[in-house]
Amino acid sequence: MAIESYNQLLRDYVELGKEEMADISGPEVVRVENLRVDYGGKTAIDGINISFKRNNITAIIGPSGCGKSTLLRSINRMNDLIPGAKVTGKVYFNGIDIYSRDVDPVFIRSRIGMVFQRPNPFPFSIFDNVAFGLRVNGFKLSKSELYEKVKDALVKAALWDEVKDRLDKHAYSLSGGQQQRLCIARALAVDPEVLLLDEPTVSLDPISTARIESLLRSIKDEYTIIIVTHNMLQAARVSDYTAVMMPDENMVGRIIEFGETRQIFTNPRDKRTEDYISGRIG
Amino acid sequence: MGHQVLTGAERRHARLRKFIDRVLPIILSVAVFIAVATVASLLLTVIITGGHRLSWNLILNYPSANPEEAGMRSAILGSIFTVGLSALICVPLSIATAIYLVEYSRGGRLSSLLRYNIANLAGVPSVVFGVVALGFLAYWLGMGRTVITGAFTLAILTLPLVTVTCVEALKAVPDDLRLGAYALGATTLQVVRRISLPRALPMMLTGGILGISRALGEAAPILVVSGILFIREDPTSLFSKFTVMPLQLYNWISRPQPAFIELSSAGIIILLLILLALNGVAIALRQYLMRRIGQTWR
Repeated sequence: MAIESYNQLLRDYVELGKEEMADISGPEVVRVENLRVDYGGKTAIDGINISFKRNNITAIIGPSGCGKSTLLRSINRMNDLIPGAKVTGKVYFNGIDIYSRDVDPVFIRSRIGMVFQRPNPFPFSIFDNVAFGLRVNGFKLSKSELYEKVKDALVKAALWDEVKDRLDKHAYSLSGGQQQRLCIARALAVDPEVLLLDEPTVSLDPISTARIESLLRSIKDEYTIIIVTHNMLQAARVSDYTAVMMPDENMVGRIIEFGETRQIFTNPRDKRTEDYISGRIG
Repeated sequence: MGHQVLTGAERRHARLRKFIDRVLPIILSVAVFIAVATVASLLLTVIITGGHRLSWNLILNYPSANPEEAGMRSAILGSIFTVGLSALICVPLSIATAIYLVEYSRGGRLSSLLRYNIANLAGVPSVVFGVVALGFLAYWLGMGRTVITGAFTLAILTLPLVTVTCVEALKAVPDDLRLGAYALGATTLQVVRRISLPRALPMMLTGGILGISRALGEAAPILVVSGILFIREDPTSLFSKFTVMPLQLYNWISRPQPAFIELSSAGIIILLLILLALNGVAIALRQYLMRRIGQTWR
């Protein structure tokens, strides 16, 4: 299906969504309601309510095993791919319940991109990596249009200048930081509305990390970004909003505090948040 | 930092560990030597016994009561037909099964049940497959004791072996790559076609060749299915009567005349050469595919 028809489909969904959910006001792109995820009978996260605003960066922070990644994977239905995973509750994307029966997870994933912890470029050339999403989604593009899209994505991912002369080289010839930016470019190439990043800099050096943080800030006017991170300074540096997750006494992950990043870091309401960001726990 | 002083016991322990580290490779290399020496002595025996019998007659002539004229033409053709056909049946089926097990029924209960059963099938004695094929294919389905029945027998026989390799090949593809593709909106078919299969194909081919090599050497199930040790006729169609090389060799070995024993040794050399050639092709193909993987989109 061409990109126009995808977008039309999406507009139709949005119109439908508006009627159904009159209370959606403001530029809310993703809303999670009462979400609970179980893996093989064990609850990983529960009672999750959060919404993500357009053109903002929201950070999800919290100690290991608190379900940050689980929450992230619920937003583009990547949990479907994990055997034994069961999702209950609602996740709305532009007012569409993405877990409703007539929504195709493949479509959702082409509108909500994802970048993983470790860079995972495909064993193709740099060009083919970025073009992958455009090709699998069946965009009918001429050679020059394809090239332009690939170039745009690489420019946005701040990688173009480093690779423009060697687009046909194997992606594995890039450094770790470059590979991760390639993965960001790959996700941006299909022009998603939302970009999910699961600890994208955890395997990178500080310079590569700084590059990725600055590129995220530079593209936030076009996308809605949700970033899971271990690194509280990173959350403080890049995000507009921060959600703090913490496992409860049954090791079920919950959001204990959500608000503007400045407020979370300067004036946390929850004692546990304060303890966590000041390094006393976690 | 203070200087660490080892006690006597600690020092003895350290010496022992070092000693083991030095001795173990020697013991292990003896194991390697035994394996290599066994194969080498077998090869040598075969070459010494049958080397001088190698001739074009052996390949081009039909079997005969006269050892000077006897060849294994019908058996070579029979082997090529049945084994080739069985590979055409077995390899696509195995790959399809593996794709279903690994990519579609991701880790489900049905998937693991099937996987265990396939692994078990690989352990069934081959003659059992021959008996089943004779009863079911040859008589019940009326396919007769023919080339096609032989091919199916060998295909069923090698199916578990090749399927297991294909499953392992797909499982060896890093999940990171799959998830990356899914996250871009790829369907399972696209993930298989663009990511998993290209990466798994070299190892799958190796599995396929292993299966073919096994099929080429099988005597028992074919003896049951074809029942022919001596035939002076080329297999010309799927429904021809046929024999295969291991049966021809078996036939020669069981004769009293020393000349036929020598002939069978020469026949073994030819069988081994065909095997070697097959393996060579597989290795070349694998190298070629590995170099080509992911260079461009096609």
